[in-house]
Amino acid sequence: MAVQIPFATISKVHDEAVIEDIFFTGLLQQCQVNRDAPQWLVDVRQQSKNWLSRQSTPTRKDEDWRFIDLSSLTAGKFVTPQNPVETNSRSPLQETKNSRLVFVNGVYNTDLSNISALPEGIYVGSLSNLPSKYDAAKYFAQQPGADAFTALNTAGGNDVTVVWADKNVAIETTLHLVFLADGQNEANFTQPRVLVVAETGSSLSLVEEYSGVGEYFTNAVTEIFVRDNARINHTRLQQESDNSYHIGKTAVSQQRDSHYTLTEINLGAKLYRHNPEMWQQGEQTETDLNGLTVATGDQTSDTHSIIALTKPHGSTNQLHKCIVGDRAHTVFNGKVFVTKEAQQTDATQLNRNLMLSPKARVDTKPELQITADNVKCAHGATVSQLEAEEIFYLRSRGLSENDANQLLVDAFAAEIIDRLPLESLRTRITETIEQKIQL
Amino acid sequence: MSETILSVRNLTANVDGTPILKGVNLEIKAGEVHAIMGRNGSGKSTLSKIIAGHPDYEVTGGEIIYQGQNIIDLEPNERANSGIFLAFQYPLAIPGVSNLDFMRVAYNAKRKYQGLEEIDTFDFEDLIEEKLEVVKMNPSFLERSLNEGFSGGEKKRNEILQMALLDPTLTILDEIDSGLDIDALRIVSDGVNQLKTPDKAHLVITHYQRLLDYIEPDYVHVMQQGKIITSGGKELALELESRGYDFLDDKSTAGVGV
Repeated sequence: MAVQIPFATISKVHDEAVIEDIFFTGLLQQCQVNRDAPQWLVDVRQQSKNWLSRQSTPTRKDEDWRFIDLSSLTAGKFVTPQNPVETNSRSPLQETKNSRLVFVNGVYNTDLSNISALPEGIYVGSLSNLPSKYDAAKYFAQQPGADAFTALNTAGGNDVTVVWADKNVAIETTLHLVFLADGQNEANFTQPRVLVVAETGSSLSLVEEYSGVGEYFTNAVTEIFVRDNARINHTRLQQESDNSYHIGKTAVSQQRDSHYTLTEINLGAKLYRHNPEMWQQGEQTETDLNGLTVATGDQTSDTHSIIALTKPHGSTNQLHKCIVGDRAHTVFNGKVFVTKEAQQTDATQLNRNLMLSPKARVDTKPELQITADNVKCAHGATVSQLEAEEIFYLRSRGLSENDANQLLVDAFAAEIIDRLPLESLRTRITETIEQKIQL
Repeated sequence: MSETILSVRNLTANVDGTPILKGVNLEIKAGEVHAIMGRNGSGKSTLSKIIAGHPDYEVTGGEIIYQGQNIIDLEPNERANSGIFLAFQYPLAIPGVSNLDFMRVAYNAKRKYQGLEEIDTFDFEDLIEEKLEVVKMNPSFLERSLNEGFSGGEKKRNEILQMALLDPTLTILDEIDSGLDIDALRIVSDGVNQLKTPDKAHLVITHYQRLLDYIEPDYVHVMQQGKIITSGGKELALELESRGYDFLDDKSTAGVGV
C-alpha cells in the first residue's frame, strides 16, 4: 500500500484518530485469514488494516468520488462466500484455451482452468506456491498512491495470483485470468488480487477478465511492475453482472525504456469504478491507455485514471470512449501529471462520448498538471449523438434505421475494439455490445 | 410506350415551416434521362432529397408516384430497397465503417427486401471486384473507412460504385459533377453511362451544363424558387450556358410554368 505519495492532490491522507468505518470494518471482519502466510505478508496486511481504520467510506464530498453515489454499495450486506460454487463461464477464447486460470468466487478452479500451454520462463499461479527465487515482498503493495478500497483489498485479501516473467523472456502465449463471481444464493464479496512482474527485457500479453451472475461486490486490485525495457500488453475486461458492484485498481510502475499498453473494456456492473494509475519511473517510458465503456439501463461506470510522467522522454497516449444509453451514467476523470524532471515528454489524452438517450448522463474531466517547461501535451473531450445526416446516408442505401444506428455505434466502438490483441476477443466484444445496445 | 418510372405531381414541401417546394411536376419514363438545372437555392437538391425520403423535409401536398405507388409514406430504406438511388452531392465520411462492409450490408438489405438469401463475404468480394471496373477504382478503397480521407473525385466514384452494386431503377445524381476535374468527371460519367439500360430512369441535377456533354439528357428542366419554370430538350442547357440564368427571370415573374 502507500509507501510514497508523490502528489498531494491524488489522495488525502488522514492521520487522525481511528474511525472504524462501519462498511469497511464489516467487510474486514468477513475476511478469512490465511494462517500460512509469510511474516512479511502478515505485516503488510496489518499495516493496511491500521491505515484503513483511519479511513471513512468515500462520499460525494470527496473530490475523487464526487460524480458517483456509493450509498447503495455501502448499504449492502455482502458476505465472504463459504463454499465455492460451480458456475458456467463463457466459452474459452480460442487463443487462450490452454493458458487460462479461472477463479470462482475467489477460489482457483482446476476444472475450468487449463495451463497446459504455459511456456518456460514464466510463473503463473498462487503466491503461496511462488518459488523462493522470486522476491514478492519487494513488489507486493508497493505502488504509489493510497486509497481505502485498495487498502481493504490488501488488508483482507486471501490469495494473490502472481504472474512473473523472467529476464529477457518473450512470452508469445497470451495469459488469461478469469475471475467469476456467483452471487445467486447470497450477495458475496470477493477481493481478487494480482501481482504482475515483467523482469528486464521480458514481454508478455495478459487478459484479465471479470464476470459473474447475481448480486455481489468485487474489489479487485492488480499491481504491475514493468522493469527496464520490458513490455506488457494488458487487456482488462469487465463483464460483471448487472446487479453487481465492482471497484478496481490497476496500478502500474514502469522502469526505463519499458512499454505498457492497457485496453479496458467496461460493459457490466450496476456500479463500476476503475482507477488505472500509471507511474512512469524511468526515462523514455511509453504508456498507452485505451478504454471503451458501454453503459445502458441504470448502470454507472466511472474510470478515474492517473498517468504520472516523472522522467525525461516519456510518452503517453490515452483514448477513452464511452457509449451511454437509457438512464446510464459514465464518468471519465483523467489526470496527467508531468513533473519538473519530465522534460521532452509527449502526452495526449482524449475522451469521446456518444450519448444515445436524452436521459443519459456523461461527466468528463480531463486534467493536465504540468510543471516541466519543454513538453508536448494535448487533451480534450467530446460529447456527441448519432448524426442525423449519417443515418440518412446509410438509410438511403437500404439500411433500416436500427441497422444504420447499430453500424454507427459499432464504428464508434471499433476504434478501441480493433486494438484488442485477440481476434476471438474482438468478435466476442462486438457481439456483446450489439446485444447490449438495443436501439 | 415506355413505363412511367417517376411521376411527381404538384409537390409542395416545407423545411422548418418555410415552403421550399411550391408545386413541382415531373414525369420520367423508363429509358429517359432528365436534367434539372437551376441556381443555388432554387430547390433542385431539395427535390432529390425529398424523393429519397430525407426526414428534415415535410411534404405538405402532392404526390410522388414511383412505379405506380405513392411513396410519400415510405421510409428512406424502403425507397432505396425498391430501387431508388440518390448519389449525394456531399457523400458523408464515416470513420470506423469499412467501405466493403458497408456495401455488403447495403447489398444484403436489398436482397432481404426482395426475399432473396443474403450473400456471404466471399461471394460479395467477387461481385464487388467486377463492379470496381465500372469506375476504375483501386480495390484498396474497399478496405478503407467509408469515404474517410477520400478526395472529392474518389467520393463521387464511390457513389457510382454503390449505384453499380445496388442496380437501381431510378437514379438521382445530385450535383455529381461539383468539384470534379475533367478526368474525374469523365470516369464518373462513363460509369453512369455504362449502367444505362432501357428499363431504367435517370434524374441528373446540376448547376453546370458541362456534365450534360457527358451524360446526355432527353429533357432539361429549369427550377427557380421551388418550381420548374421551363422545360425543353438538351438545347435548353446550351441556351442557359450561353445566356446565363438571368434570362429566365422574366419567365419566372411572368409565372410561366410547365
